[in-house]
Amino acid sequence: MRTIKAADIVPKVAEMIRHASIHLPDDVKRAFKDCMAAEDSPAAKEIFRQLLENSDMAEATGLPLCQDCGLAVFFVDVGEDVVVQGSLKDAVTRGMVLGYQEGFLRKSSCDPMTRANTGDNTPAIIHFDFVPGDRIRIAFMAKGGGSENMSRVTMLSPAQGWEGIKRFVVERVAEAGPNPCPPTMIGVGIGGTFERAPILAKRSLMRHLDEKHPDPKIAALEDELLTAINKLGIGPMGLGGKTTCLGVKIEMAPCHLASLPLAVNVQCHSIRHEEVVI
Amino acid sequence: MAEYTLTTPLTDADVAPLRAGDVVFITGTIYTARDAAHKRLMALIDEGQPLPFELQGSIVYYVGPSPAPPGRPIGAAGPTTSYRMDTYAPRLHALGQKASIGKGKRSDAVKAALKEHTAVYFGATGGAGALLSKCITAARIIAFDDLGPEAIRELTVENFPVLVINDSVGGELYAVPDRKAAGLE
Ligand code: SF4
Repeated sequence: MRTIKAADIVPKVAEMIRHASIHLPDDVKRAFKDCMAAEDSPAAKEIFRQLLENSDMAEATGLPLCQDCGLAVFFVDVGEDVVVQGSLKDAVTRGMVLGYQEGFLRKSSCDPMTRANTGDNTPAIIHFDFVPGDRIRIAFMAKGGGSENMSRVTMLSPAQGWEGIKRFVVERVAEAGPNPCPPTMIGVGIGGTFERAPILAKRSLMRHLDEKHPDPKIAALEDELLTAINKLGIGPMGLGGKTTCLGVKIEMAPCHLASLPLAVNVQCHSIRHEEVVI
Repeated sequence: MAEYTLTTPLTDADVAPLRAGDVVFITGTIYTARDAAHKRLMALIDEGQPLPFELQGSIVYYVGPSPAPPGRPIGAAGPTTSYRMDTYAPRLHALGQKASIGKGKRSDAVKAALKEHTAVYFGATGGAGALLSKCITAARIIAFDDLGPEAIRELTVENFPVLVINDSVGGELYAVPDRKAAGLE
């Protein structure tokens, strides 16, 4: 058994949030450069130029990449051989509050009916899981509203199969058009239950763009979806072009024999995710 | 695709020649408002109360900036998705608002209002919040302080870059998704 003090987790979470909000991951920057070179249209090229300049500007000034610093979503994998001294949930939440405060990040969490801002971005959305080992892995994602609003969950019938899945995903991206700040990354959750599918979809977005699914069959499905989506020609910011989507990530889980749950989580180009292992 | 430099407030003569795809650099004063602020503006109009800024010739920027760090007038300040303001925009255009700045598609009602009142919808690059803040030289809250990021701010901008997405003659810049190529038809 390894003992971890909850208080030690707080600054690590805060630092991770500040860093992720300012620094676009390297693989995303690389993808922007590659896509900029591949585009024919001057407008599409110009958008990538601006996104790269925005990333430089954020790093130089410490301003967040996007004013929508998101709701803070966490996937916390707790090793079964870890004892936490204090409350893990409180530690993650306190780290989040500190990170948003000290990083001058926008607090976007509000009451769904009165719309009154909670003032500190609480509550954090935390998904806990238990895994073998004596470590805690805390993965953070800043989820902005514009792209999240374009996300959907549905219950297909098993007969609809892969063709039905593909149609639903591509249709969602077509309908979303310029709204979710394309080029996007699309997370797809297939299977599980009504509530598990969207968690799978979101979790898949923690993978890096160049991180292929370990199962080559699923990796091939990801490529198939990416190709179909990019044929829509929506392009960066909806101005037309080859790059509507940077990558598709799929996670699957067994489901009921009567069901085929499916979730599509749309992630904008401002892909702010990071993780820390304690 | 032409390039224009416009100074606020905008007149019909400024707006009428603009066409979808044109690049415009805005200098002057623009006002921020998003969901909650629009709702309150509507209530003020219903009650016949004065508005916090002059609508005639105005540009409304759909943005909820991040907090200003020390030494800067504003934090990151990129556009938010516009469709949530679609229910309010036609009424504001009828009262003299000449342009909005946001990202994403507008409703048919908004497009009709642009034609009727010689107004335009500008797009700014979504998510480029750090970059766009460079063109904002001053910011102050002028109404609804309690709304935090959604309060109405008066921004002083210099060469703020936007694209004409919907013009006043029915033109639109956004690409129509090719459903056939993607295998949907
Ligand atoms: S969709 Fe993403 S990039 Fe666009 S405004 Fe929202 S958080 Fe920012």
